[in-house]
Amino acid sequence: MKITLRVWRQKNANADGKLVEYVRHDVSEHMSFLEMLDVLNEELLAKGEEPVAFDHDCREGICGSCSMMINGRAHGPRDMTTACQLHMREFADGAVVTVEPWRAKAFPPVKDLVVDRSAFDRIIQAGGFVSVNTGSAPDANLTLIAKDKADTAFDSAACIGCGACVAACPNASAMLFTSAKITHLSLLPQGQPERLSRVKKMVEQMDKEGFGACTNHGECQDACPKGISLQSIARMNRDYMSSLVNGEVNGEKLDTQ
Amino acid sequence: MQLNSKIPSGPISEKWSKHKFDLKLVNPANKRKYSVIVVGTGLAGASAAASLSELGYQVKAFCFQDSPRRAHSIAAQGGINAAKNYKNDGDSVYRLFYDTVKGGDFRAREANVHRLAEVSVNIIDQCVAQGVPFAREYGGLLDNRSFGGAQVSRTFYARGQTGQQLLLGAYQALSKQIAAGEVKMFPRTEMLDLVVIDGRARGIVVRNLITGKIETHVADAVVLATGGYGNVFYLSTNAKGCNVTATFRAYKRGAGFGNPCYTQIHPTCIPVSGDYQSKLTLMSESLRNDGRIWVPKTPGDNRPASAIPEDERDYYLERKYPSFGNLVPRDVASRAAKERSDAGFGVGPGGLGVYLDFAASIKRLGRDVIAARYGNLFEMYERIAGENPYETPMRIYPAVHYTMGGLWVDYDLQSSIPGLFVIGEANFSDHGANRLGASALMQGLADGYFILPYTIGDYLARHSAGGVSPEHPACKAVEGEVRARLDKYLGIKGKRSAGSFHRELGKIMWDKCGMSRDRKGLEWALKRIPELREEFYSNLLVTGTGEELNQNLERAGRVADFLEFGELMCRDALVREESCGGHFREEYQTLEGEAQRDDENFCHTSVWEYKGENQAPALHKEPLEFEYVHLTQRSYK
Repeated sequence: MKITLRVWRQKNANADGKLVEYVRHDVSEHMSFLEMLDVLNEELLAKGEEPVAFDHDCREGICGSCSMMINGRAHGPRDMTTACQLHMREFADGAVVTVEPWRAKAFPPVKDLVVDRSAFDRIIQAGGFVSVNTGSAPDANLTLIAKDKADTAFDSAACIGCGACVAACPNASAMLFTSAKITHLSLLPQGQPERLSRVKKMVEQMDKEGFGACTNHGECQDACPKGISLQSIARMNRDYMSSLVNGEVNGEKLDTQ
Repeated sequence: MQLNSKIPSGPISEKWSKHKFDLKLVNPANKRKYSVIVVGTGLAGASAAASLSELGYQVKAFCFQDSPRRAHSIAAQGGINAAKNYKNDGDSVYRLFYDTVKGGDFRAREANVHRLAEVSVNIIDQCVAQGVPFAREYGGLLDNRSFGGAQVSRTFYARGQTGQQLLLGAYQALSKQIAAGEVKMFPRTEMLDLVVIDGRARGIVVRNLITGKIETHVADAVVLATGGYGNVFYLSTNAKGCNVTATFRAYKRGAGFGNPCYTQIHPTCIPVSGDYQSKLTLMSESLRNDGRIWVPKTPGDNRPASAIPEDERDYYLERKYPSFGNLVPRDVASRAAKERSDAGFGVGPGGLGVYLDFAASIKRLGRDVIAARYGNLFEMYERIAGENPYETPMRIYPAVHYTMGGLWVDYDLQSSIPGLFVIGEANFSDHGANRLGASALMQGLADGYFILPYTIGDYLARHSAGGVSPEHPACKAVEGEVRARLDKYLGIKGKRSAGSFHRELGKIMWDKCGMSRDRKGLEWALKRIPELREEFYSNLLVTGTGEELNQNLERAGRVADFLEFGELMCRDALVREESCGGHFREEYQTLEGEAQRDDENFCHTSVWEYKGENQAPALHKEPLEFEYVHLTQRSYK
């Protein structure tokens, strides 16, 4: 197949970027999108030109490294699929494909398609954990958890931290990412003691990083390669309101609902 | 090189308890004076960094990914073993120990494996307390499933994403410690060398992958949790970034490398589709429960699967192994697929593939049952291969998946360099010559949460804290060597990319040191690899500079180390004149074509010592003694 690529090239965080056109002939429909970029990079290198920098690692849709807007959609046209699992058979012969990095104030550019997503790590550090030290855990089966609760918690825990939700949101909001972790932990008994302090700290950190607010567009849910639902945002908002109303900030007051 | 395994005396079930009591302790007030470097943030590294900092040590953690959450442990699908006996089906610590030693084809240390089985139960407790959403039964208790190589159900799982959930648990524990200021985290930072001062590991030289800055970090001990070296084959199920550099650099600084030839080939992966292929994707081995494996009876038969009538199909596993059928262990299933493909019966592009057919199961159980069991895997297959496995049989082929070899460590997980500890897949550890399914996650977390935090204290307690700064001449010397290497890659200005050398090396390794090996092929590889390396150093092309994000420069360094390491692997495979587990030498097989061990001459761990540029490495042997599990030949007929 023939594919005309328009790829965002930017030397570094301070340089201006622009879309550069590369026409690709002989693209195989069986290639993954990233393999198609690999071949482009080999050719650029052979010509002594700088290859296109992009984040990638596992190439099986689970590490969350790959991060690119493909024709204006985070991770490209196929639902529930990361860019690394997207294959060229999803495109028509002769297609023009624009490839850009995630664009958000809280994800500063690094180079070409690479951005800095460390803000996500700082949101988790603000409270996305259960404070249990190694060695102090009781027997695993002492805690009973209803199957449906465990399954719903799992649905949120499946987040891969790729940032597609932020990239897809017109406000560059990180509500889906943040609420996924909050939902995972707040549905489980282990997460109860810190439930309200956690939500407060994580939401504050999210705001501090410069992510926007949620205005219910729902683009995040459509873009999420793991199918995380908007319901998690509703859960987070409810817990956040509780944390304000209860007035406790240090997790002293337990929420036992 | 002195190899003292330091296995404690006494009955096997009491060794670890006794040893824990014998280990020296560091006073709580003194712990904060000691610093520890942890390289890698997968299951082993993240759990170790979190646990060590909770004890009070100052920890610096490093990973090359943009976040510690992305280490390749995240991709593990199946599950994690633990001897909880929640199913009341006769499991015990001893049975898990026994299965693991036998599954490893009697090439692991009994004492280490028993300890692994003992702490397995604590891992599940710890992970549940962290909020890891394991699969549950309707009564709210944890669910288990069975896995290869065991007759009990001891595998805990979180859908097909067990590795992800366990890693996020460890990552969250690490995040808690980072927030508390107890761990300093360095993402996008790659270890390029080890600093050894007065015979002790005292630091690492790293490159900041964004700015290119080279710097040294010093500490009282260094922990490598940098994973396996499966990417020496270029194509594997490993993530693209996985590499051997950290462990290989440590080897060159004096750490012994144990059993580099032990690699695990997983039988059910999606086959290569073209020259551009960048990695291989695993399809869980659970598919073999309901899928039947076959090839056409006529070589080169290229009719579509549906056009080949039943009596022209060869269900070769069922034919050769009537009692185990499609459920023979990984190494046996892999070799059989290769044998059929090599003999011209393979299917798909290039003839490298066999069918995994669900038609009979769909007919027997209905499509809904199969969809409930394997729906997500069928979807993943369809996404990658573009074919619908409900209608067309899957095409599968074996691929490199895990490496049992790694840096040699004693019972304390300390390498032959004092102060250098190695955990997880990076060490040669507990799996012998073949790893059982669901044991990698167990070992990574056992090392990080429950073993290293004890054993490292004994080492630290014997040395006073601090005393070395990054300005030490030894640090500066290593930094200089690292810079010189990077400048060399940039300065060659040849015509070939690092990737093309990597691909060529991978083909040599796969053909000559892959699923089966023989003397002739290994000797050829040992001649060919140095030639390829020579071309690498005269014809490599890396654009850009060292002072920026330069992914090709990163790659060049990793490929350079693979080009030396591949040779070491072939050397190890050549001198091990027997077949065991994942190491199959054509010359050593039973009349039925099965692996034939030679316990008389090879019941040992091979440990290689680096002797300098262009010198042959020295081979040392750690004898393996089996007091509890008796040496037997495996049979699956």
